[in-house]
Amino acid sequence: MSATDIAYRPVFVGDGKAKLEALFPKYPTRMSCLLPALWLVQEARGWISEPAIAEVAGVLELTPAYVKGVVTFYTMYHTHPVGRHFIQVCTTSPCNICGAEDVVKAFLQHTGCGELGNTSPDGRFTIIEVECLGACGFATPVLINDDFIEGVTPERVAGILQGYK
Amino acid sequence: MGFPHPSHAKETPVISRYFGDASARTFDGWTKRGGYEGLRKALGMTREQVVEEVKASGLRGRGGAGFPTGLKWSFMPKDVTKPHYLVCNADESEPGTFKDREILRWTPHQLLEGCAIGAHAIGAERIYIYVRGEFTVEHKILTAAVEEAYKNGALGEDVFGSGRRIDVVVHRGAGAYICGEETAMMNSIEGKRGNPRIKPPFPAVAGLWASPTTINNVETLAAAVHILQRGATWYKGLCLGNPKSTGTKLISVCGHVQRPGNYEITMGTPMTDLIFEMAGGMRPGRTLKAVIPGGSSVPIMTAEEIQGCQMDYEGIVAKGSMLGSGGMIVMDDSTDIVYQVMRLAKFYAHESCAQCTQCREGTAWTTRILERILAGHGKPEDLELLLDLADNMTGKTICVLSDSCAAPVVSAIKKFRGEFEAYLSRSRQRSMVTA
Amino acid sequence: MTPELVTVTIDGTQLQVPKGTSIIEAAKQAGVLVPHYCYHPSLPSPAVCRMCLVEVEKAPKLMPACVTTVTEGQVVHTDSEQARKARTGVLELLLINHPLDCPICDQSGECELQDYVFQEGQSATRYSDYAKRYNPVEDFGPDVLYVANRCILCTRCVRFMDDVAGSPVLNVSERGDRAFIGIDQHQLLDHAWAGNVVDLCPVGSLISKDFLHKARAWDLDKTGSVCTGCSQGCNVTIDTRDNTVVRLRPRANLDVNRHFICDTGRMNYRWMNRGDRIEAPLVRDGNRHLATDWDPALTRLRELVQRSATTVILASAGASLESLGMLRSLAGTAKLTAAVRVPLADAEAPLVGVPNLALRRERAPNGDGAKLLGYSTDFAAAVKAAATADLVVIVDVELTDAEATVVGAASAVVVLGTLQGMELAAAQVILPITNVAEENGSFVNRDLRVQRYQQARTAPGMGRPTWWICAEVAPGAAPATAAEAFALACGQIPGLAGMTYTDLGLNGMVMPGSTMASVGGG
Repeated sequence: MSATDIAYRPVFVGDGKAKLEALFPKYPTRMSCLLPALWLVQEARGWISEPAIAEVAGVLELTPAYVKGVVTFYTMYHTHPVGRHFIQVCTTSPCNICGAEDVVKAFLQHTGCGELGNTSPDGRFTIIEVECLGACGFATPVLINDDFIEGVTPERVAGILQGYK
Repeated sequence: MGFPHPSHAKETPVISRYFGDASARTFDGWTKRGGYEGLRKALGMTREQVVEEVKASGLRGRGGAGFPTGLKWSFMPKDVTKPHYLVCNADESEPGTFKDREILRWTPHQLLEGCAIGAHAIGAERIYIYVRGEFTVEHKILTAAVEEAYKNGALGEDVFGSGRRIDVVVHRGAGAYICGEETAMMNSIEGKRGNPRIKPPFPAVAGLWASPTTINNVETLAAAVHILQRGATWYKGLCLGNPKSTGTKLISVCGHVQRPGNYEITMGTPMTDLIFEMAGGMRPGRTLKAVIPGGSSVPIMTAEEIQGCQMDYEGIVAKGSMLGSGGMIVMDDSTDIVYQVMRLAKFYAHESCAQCTQCREGTAWTTRILERILAGHGKPEDLELLLDLADNMTGKTICVLSDSCAAPVVSAIKKFRGEFEAYLSRSRQRSMVTA
Repeated sequence: MTPELVTVTIDGTQLQVPKGTSIIEAAKQAGVLVPHYCYHPSLPSPAVCRMCLVEVEKAPKLMPACVTTVTEGQVVHTDSEQARKARTGVLELLLINHPLDCPICDQSGECELQDYVFQEGQSATRYSDYAKRYNPVEDFGPDVLYVANRCILCTRCVRFMDDVAGSPVLNVSERGDRAFIGIDQHQLLDHAWAGNVVDLCPVGSLISKDFLHKARAWDLDKTGSVCTGCSQGCNVTIDTRDNTVVRLRPRANLDVNRHFICDTGRMNYRWMNRGDRIEAPLVRDGNRHLATDWDPALTRLRELVQRSATTVILASAGASLESLGMLRSLAGTAKLTAAVRVPLADAEAPLVGVPNLALRRERAPNGDGAKLLGYSTDFAAAVKAAATADLVVIVDVELTDAEATVVGAASAVVVLGTLQGMELAAAQVILPITNVAEENGSFVNRDLRVQRYQQARTAPGMGRPTWWICAEVAPGAAPATAAEAFALACGQIPGLAGMTYTDLGLNGMVMPGSTMASVGGG
């Protein structure tokens, strides 16, 4: 057993358990509750650790390996800890031709993350490029945690970051 | 309206009529605007009558494939021996497309009404609305609307006193473009990796949990509301071109136009009207270079090809591309086509589910060749290699993600070969210097 | 009910196959092997490798032969230009990442990637700038190593664990070209049937630790046999190299074990190679045993047989039907007590995805054959009876000290044994016999299916099959071959009379009229 196992606090107890059980009547099988259950874990813990995978597997009568296969399929589930504010900048073609890559550069510069995927030294930010956010007419869209910000230009970046401490 | 811009005279706002009007978002607001009339009407009809009405309207799937909606509904078994399911595809993620998000954002009850009509038509009691994970705002709005609809009897065990039970579950995706493919979406709802399934069996026979299932796009279901409200004949009359393409279509216009946004047009509207009048045309000093008319998966069109092109299913096919999801990416002369094709290929390589060999390896290989060309290390045979690879990736796999990656590559090489060759000749010159 | 037949034409051969048959299976019947990776007849088919694409007339595009079923009048071309191009295309894509480390790969020589690369003439890829690379080897469990670099993601292993073993411990992780086969870090591939993933893997990505670098596939001789691990009677192939058994692999038998064997059976071969064998006939001379030629030993045995009025046979339930049958004739007119020892384990280990397939509690291959021949399974009672017998014949069992003491009280003891340690000081004659890998024979499994096994190696020293020894000394018919011994044994069993080796074929035959007939179905 590694250190992370010992430190792990289960998500599906108390209120968490109630949230999980509220999912059950919505689906005819336990397996179907997997995506929403993983969202509950990520909301509670910020990322989905190995012990969390084991916990989800346990409550949904699945194996950890199965759950991990699903977790790694979906890019929005974090399998590593990320900064307090997770910044996703769309850089797919429609935004790309409108200057999305400059927006990414501005975010990297203003957050001190240095590289994509890195977390800033103060633990505040992690930035990734994301494929199409579905707001191509509002280039460049940026998703910071659950906040969907449209029409971001390099000039706006510093101001936007002010709101995320 | 031409959201986020004022409506243009050449638009026909039906679905988009209340975009931008926050008061249309609530149950009361929607009802005041004539909402839920379509559903009430549908509940007074038999399943078959609703299907016939939608068949008669000529409505075709707005998600990309353009399959006749009424016909699709009619494939569902008449006898309900197993539970039937309706899945609403709100996993809008085709690059260039952003119409469904506005329906979700501004008129969630329009969608719920459409869903309930669809559920009634196919004999389903439960609807799963699959909202892509990135649509955080839309997810909240929709969840609130569902609660409201239950409170007001528009959903639940006895919808508007009709005795029909209709439930809605909002299922949130988690970042996978491929889940927009209907069979992948069913796997995702079942708690699996979003791998497309082999067809047959088709969803109407064995879909979600092996039960009969129909999957409809958000815009399709929203359109059904108005067909029920105002009748098939009215809807069918909305047609400027081919009679097989009826009604209105939301077109998302993005890229290098002055007024990017959603424009609702009558089927058959000239493409030039859309780009140059409604969307305001190019930025000053720029000229049009290329258009990807139906989401990133369809062949690229040149500025010449869009002349005289009608915006409907047949009109765009006649010009060598497809209407697809109605996501139009407009590129002006500042665009590096090679770079943008590489970006698209990279998108598909990122989103490939890893099942089929051609897609898993082919999308990544295509991307790397394009990157090599862009970096000045292209080889003279690279273009033929890309075309041959694209041929291997077309029509060979379970779903069409692989084909979607190949289409822009092939059309770009065909129509903008000069740009590729310019990169290649630069790398030749470089190798001569170093040699 | 006879299934409805449809007529199809595959590469010019017209044939009739049952409705619902896949093109790939129909093609096999037409003598055409459609190249494939993800398809396996004992697994659900996902149609993901896209190697089996074939041209079907009137179809708009190439169809995957593994999941497309035949229809009346269908015309299939597996070798059209289109189909060939699709196949070479897939191979080229697989070769982007697959390292050509065949010289150090255990799969080499029995690798489906090698085979099809050779067959289709697509030996390389036009892309060599990049290949994905992982740590060379990952430990997946007791006998399985995963070499991710070689993996072609056919997912046979994942589907086996999910759908057949019912223990989903493997997964496909990540997606796109970053995908790989993953395993939970706290869980090993230690399912009782997990070793099958090694056989299922079409390339050298999942390899056996037990077989690691032991032999090259082309140096192996393969012999059809039956697993001796339990009463299931799984069909196996014994692979030998230079007269040494180096591994056991499952041999397809849709009615018994489909394409699988359990790990216990798979590892149950090392004893076949043991060097501490009884190699020559030993005859008692005062206090010692002297090695002799066969003739003096057989003469001594014949004398003992002829003068005995009560005989007890204590045999292994791993002895063949032929040997057990002929042993009975040793008794002649004497009163006979015959028993076999059937080792019992605590529990079964079923393979849940295949009906009627498990590692059984009875850990011997021929307990039911012995019963059919009138042998008791009450070994202890027979040992007790041995104390007062004129002659006790012990066949390939190692007695406990207590049992040996009891048996020692008999007038005469004869040991027919394979291994040193089976000899008894009290024995008049000790004769070397062959083990299952060294003789031809047959077993009857728990469902009364009679199955043949064949000789895979030569016996050390002077070992002979038990039935041969008996034939030499017993009164009456003396079979010269295993086939004749089989016929004689069958003659003693109502229901088997008249059965021959030819009837058994490769996959055996259920005893006619048997109510215990296999429920697996084919």
